Amino acid sequence: MAANNHSLLNLITKRLALGLLLLLMISVIIFAGTELLPGDVAQSILGQSATPEALHNLRLEMGLDKPAIERYSHWLSNILQGDLGTSLSSGKDISSMISGRLGNTLFLATTAAVIAVPLAIFLGLIAVLYRDGIVDKLISITTISMISLPEFFIGYLLILFFAVNLNWLPSSSIIYSSMGILEKLQAIALPCLTLTLVVLAHMMRMTRAAILNVMSSPYIETAQLKGLSSFKIIFHHALPNAISPIITVVVLNLAYLVVGVVVVEIIFVYPGMGQLLVDHVSIRDIPVVQAVGLIFAAIYILLNMFADVMSIIANPRLRHPK
Amino acid sequence: MSDVHFLEVQGLEISAYINMPGEATKTLILVDNISFTLKRGEVLGLIGESGAGKSTIGLAAMAYGRAGCKITGGTMKIDGVDLFKLSSREINKVRGTRVAYVAQSAAASFNPAHKIGDQVIEVAIEHKLMSKAEALDYAGELYAKLGLPDPENFGNRYPHQVSGGQLQRAMTVMALCAKPDLIVFDEPTTALDVTTQIEVLATIKHAIKDSGVAALYITHDLAVVAQVADHIMVLRHGKMVEYNSTDKIINHASQKYTQDLVSIRAMQKQEQAVPDSPAILQVNNIAAAYDGVTKILKDVTLHLHAGQTLSIVGESGSGKSTLARVITGLLPPMQGEVLFNGKPLSSALKNRSKEQLRDLQMIYQMADVAMNPRHTIGQIIGRPIEFYFGISGAENRKMTIELLEQIELGEEYFDRYPAELSGGQKQRVCIARALAAKPSLIICDEVTSALDPLVADGILQLLMSLQEKHAIAYLFITHDLATVKAISDSIAVMYQGSLVRFGQKSMVLAPPFDDYTDMLLSSVPHMELGWLEKTLANRKMQSADN
Repeated sequence: MAANNHSLLNLITKRLALGLLLLLMISVIIFAGTELLPGDVAQSILGQSATPEALHNLRLEMGLDKPAIERYSHWLSNILQGDLGTSLSSGKDISSMISGRLGNTLFLATTAAVIAVPLAIFLGLIAVLYRDGIVDKLISITTISMISLPEFFIGYLLILFFAVNLNWLPSSSIIYSSMGILEKLQAIALPCLTLTLVVLAHMMRMTRAAILNVMSSPYIETAQLKGLSSFKIIFHHALPNAISPIITVVVLNLAYLVVGVVVVEIIFVYPGMGQLLVDHVSIRDIPVVQAVGLIFAAIYILLNMFADVMSIIANPRLRHPK
Repeated sequence: MSDVHFLEVQGLEISAYINMPGEATKTLILVDNISFTLKRGEVLGLIGESGAGKSTIGLAAMAYGRAGCKITGGTMKIDGVDLFKLSSREINKVRGTRVAYVAQSAAASFNPAHKIGDQVIEVAIEHKLMSKAEALDYAGELYAKLGLPDPENFGNRYPHQVSGGQLQRAMTVMALCAKPDLIVFDEPTTALDVTTQIEVLATIKHAIKDSGVAALYITHDLAVVAQVADHIMVLRHGKMVEYNSTDKIINHASQKYTQDLVSIRAMQKQEQAVPDSPAILQVNNIAAAYDGVTKILKDVTLHLHAGQTLSIVGESGSGKSTLARVITGLLPPMQGEVLFNGKPLSSALKNRSKEQLRDLQMIYQMADVAMNPRHTIGQIIGRPIEFYFGISGAENRKMTIELLEQIELGEEYFDRYPAELSGGQKQRVCIARALAAKPSLIICDEVTSALDPLVADGILQLLMSLQEKHAIAYLFITHDLATVKAISDSIAVMYQGSLVRFGQKSMVLAPPFDDYTDMLLSSVPHMELGWLEKTLANRKMQSADN
């Protein structure tokens, strides 16, 4: 027994180590990628009228003359010590620039997830319960039309209806730290709704497919022959065995809620990581872009690792060895 | 026990609707005008080949039809109430509480995500028949009664933590737990090894007697049902062939079909003498493992002469299929060597010559997955002729048709696809495909296990006549002792990776036996009333003697 619990721990440790390795590789890619961007930051800071001397001095000052490998190892060791560096354009500390923005992005993502994930799974269950019937088709058609529309289009449609025509909600979602939680929630209602509609279909379809896949198992027939209600069968007997693929898709969507919100943040002028990224790409503030990229990658990897670990734990054979 | 027939089935008819795109819906009658009655404490055996409709009848006793099936006629009355007239809510109240079901594969029928105990008491709890404490108590009592180990804690285990035989007993406990009036046993011992089957069979029989429940016992094995049933109904193609007391069916069957079922294992091959010539296949001290550590095979040595049949018999996990993988080169052994026609075979498949590959062919258990469903029968059989001998075109076709005739299918099958053939016909095509390479040795891996007894008999007879004609040697892997007796010249008995007994058939099957072979041989059900009790009593005496 103890030896086998050990193997479960082993599996999880392996996933964690793999995740860290992946993160390291991604840091290389991010660094190399930003190196490949055309132009350089000194040029964009000084503008078209910069003199060659001024450019040279600024490059020296920012260390841009050193070889890439040296700059990478310097950058990485700083990050490992918690120092994300300073912004080239504003000279501010990147960590403090990001912390507020990251909080905002996570706030929006969490709110959207709290609504979208239970709703998607619930709709998936309902779809299975009334499979191939009118309710099932209605759920499928609505969610799939939502995913088929680009998110900026959904965003603008929502603004048109709820902000312009009905005037219920604000069209821009600027939030401050001094706002109360209710005010904040009201401010992010529209971007939150947009995100929910975008991620709903994927999770709902997966829930439906994964459960239907399990529904043809002999143990479902056993449950039916016990005279259990359909809902009990689906919820208690089918869902636990379908949970692994569902977790994977849910987590993919959670990751999307964090790192894929760039467009939505821009539409609703939301002060999150996406906006920060776009702003600093346009002025070639490479340290900021690298830091944001790395944080996005870390969140992505972390969430996927979480999904893997959950799938391992969800398997009774691994949880309760012989 | 009352004398009243509490279950009355009248004119039961069940149909399947087949929807083919672009065609009108076809109706197929699966069960046609079946009637029977049952008293409390009585067991009715439903017997027939696959497709006879026996499981369909069993499920109809719970007003349940599998996908595509519909109950289209008749009545199913329990204490005078016709199940077919109930609403789905009312039927749910009957299922599990008054009629319970024990499936063939308990391993697949238990939910892997929940503890056994929770599933066992679920019916009693969900239908509010008992409090949780009462149900747990009663389940514990039943675990003990059915001989499950550590009855207090057995329910806390997950299905994957117990053995197949235990799980099958746990499924019987699950059915008994809500104290139903009728239990439908659907091939409850078919998936078990023969030594496990006899124990499970005894516990099921005891449980039925003890609880006074009535039972429908569904199986394709007449010898098994003869041990538990009071009456037997023989079914074929959804129709009743014969319905009588067990004694009448076994000893005085009136219908030809029933007589065939009773006498099925009469075939016996005359054992051939050991020739002076060297063996065609010589396996020396083979040990093998899949992970390089745990030995699945331990020091196996055996041999087979040209034109003879060696049966390797053993239960699941005995290593018999692993041995076949070593001989075919799919699994390189850790030690030992395989000599084929006197020359060592390379342990790795890719180092074997084309001639060696041709000379050693295989036939598998599952004929349908061993054939490409998008190739015609002609392509399937013609392919090895072209591959090994380079013959194509008209000559290839001629040879393929000759092979088709040898397996008692004709030219008309040349352009058909595997899906259009029955299970037995598919296995015949696989035999022809192996034969096409003109091998001197064919490894047959459980080739008749997936087939009905009568069909399997036909396949065995075909294999024997082909052996006579072409002097092919067979290495026959099986768990079925009746098959072993029917076809072997020599027999190897395997147990947990070791060779327990090896020699000529007359020697292996004659006393004095080693303990394992004795248990194995005595566990095979005989077509005789009271065999189960007699065997178990014998065993008790023997263990008392020791």
